[in-house]
Amino acid sequence: MVIIGAGQAGLQIAECLRRGGHAGRLTLLGEEPWPPYQRPPLSKKYLAGDLADERVFCRPLAQLAKQEIEFRANTRVVAIDRTARAVVLASGERLAYTGLAIATGARPRALPVAGAEHPAVCYLRGLQDAQGLQAKLVRAQQVVVIGGGFIGLEVAATAREAGKTVSVIEGADRLMARAVAPGISSYFAQTHRARGVDLRFGCQVSGLVPVAAGGLRVELSDGGVLHADLVVAGVGALPNQELAAQAGLACANGIVVDEYARTNDPLIVAAGDCTWHVNRRYPAPLRLESVQNAVDQAKIAALSLLGVAQPYQDLPWFWSDQYDVKLQIAGLSLAHDTTVVRGGSEAFSVFYFAAGALVGVDSINRPADHMLARKLLSAGRAVTPAQAVDLAFDLKALLQDPTG
Amino acid sequence: MPKINFVSADGVTRTVDIPAGWTLMEGAIQNGVDGITAECGGGCACATCHVLVSTPWAEQLPPMTPAENDLLECTAVPRSPQSRLSCQIPVTGPLEGLTVHLPERQT
Repeated sequence: MVIIGAGQAGLQIAECLRRGGHAGRLTLLGEEPWPPYQRPPLSKKYLAGDLADERVFCRPLAQLAKQEIEFRANTRVVAIDRTARAVVLASGERLAYTGLAIATGARPRALPVAGAEHPAVCYLRGLQDAQGLQAKLVRAQQVVVIGGGFIGLEVAATAREAGKTVSVIEGADRLMARAVAPGISSYFAQTHRARGVDLRFGCQVSGLVPVAAGGLRVELSDGGVLHADLVVAGVGALPNQELAAQAGLACANGIVVDEYARTNDPLIVAAGDCTWHVNRRYPAPLRLESVQNAVDQAKIAALSLLGVAQPYQDLPWFWSDQYDVKLQIAGLSLAHDTTVVRGGSEAFSVFYFAAGALVGVDSINRPADHMLARKLLSAGRAVTPAQAVDLAFDLKALLQDPTG
Repeated sequence: MPKINFVSADGVTRTVDIPAGWTLMEGAIQNGVDGITAECGGGCACATCHVLVSTPWAEQLPPMTPAENDLLECTAVPRSPQSRLSCQIPVTGPLEGLTVHLPERQT
């Protein structure tokens, strides 16, 4: 078996294949020089310089060797030869497969602005990006973050905590607009502003002009101008689906897989950020960029390679740490008609309902609500808005009652 | 490096060296100790790195934050007075020889 991509999904597929009884050769191919690592700390503790590289690795190399997972770093796949059932490496070497998993992840969307190729413009996805950004952040004074999503805001928080002057440019009229409800957005806008971040809504960057003395002049669509020693763009990500597409596998906004993580080639599965996938909980296909999806879908993909068809129906969840504020998201809640709030002004959860059913919960500094919400949503337990808003009502009781 | 003992639910002890400054959770994950999931990667956000620490060791650990205390209400195996989240326990020299017990399951 061969796995292309050594991120969270690739690693999980490899380990599940071994645990699931695959006794043959198992090769995990990664383009980067490091063993599989966790991405979430890269925009937070790692960027702040609080973590050594080893502390973001998921497993040291010895743990992979012990499981007889043949991990190859610095290894780029240039083609999948489905007819010969082999992957072709940049070195020209060919690796035959009986089963293949694609876990190639996603890459940052490039800023579509003139001047964006300037070295002061950075993106954040991998460990190498984080190392480069960290070095530049130390020297920078004025940081302009483009994009008020998770990555942009986490970087803004880290930069602000390091004492930098920080502006965030967001095209929409609120933060994290594609992920959370307006109430959560405004809480975070207040949080960032209270820490001294300059938030600019409803405008785009229209130009990046190098300044003779160093840095960039950032020109905004509303006529505003900012100076930046460092520009960090967090304007979304694109699925790495080119290898799959070139091999004739179906692709949409990601590699198309069914609810068993299978592509249209019965020998090939895909998992993680790179997939346009079916989750039995939702009517339409999804592409999600999250640890949860990488890990849970990888388990389904590994089972499919082992001949076990288990449908993907795990509940999506996400989190973001900004300053000392912990945002946790359970379920996909954008299609809701009612919201209620549980808790107070600094620690609360927003419960989202659609047609009377709970569809998602966003928690701010209430991790126990988040964990309970995940259990309630996963089990499909009925929760009423009145119960959700009542702090005296023990939501845990709904889990214990099998008829609930 | 302090030596830490992890005792699985079925009574098997694994002793691992964990660099001072790392958390118990990181040390367990990096050494492939089964029985700790840590799905949030150490953010005190998921309650899947639950461990049990008995006296006298328990008194040597940093006190619980409200977040850790809240999350312990959500562990897969219900909490006991010995319960802690291993991502919230930094390994230090005085913890040399610490023994922690792992619950039957984390999810």
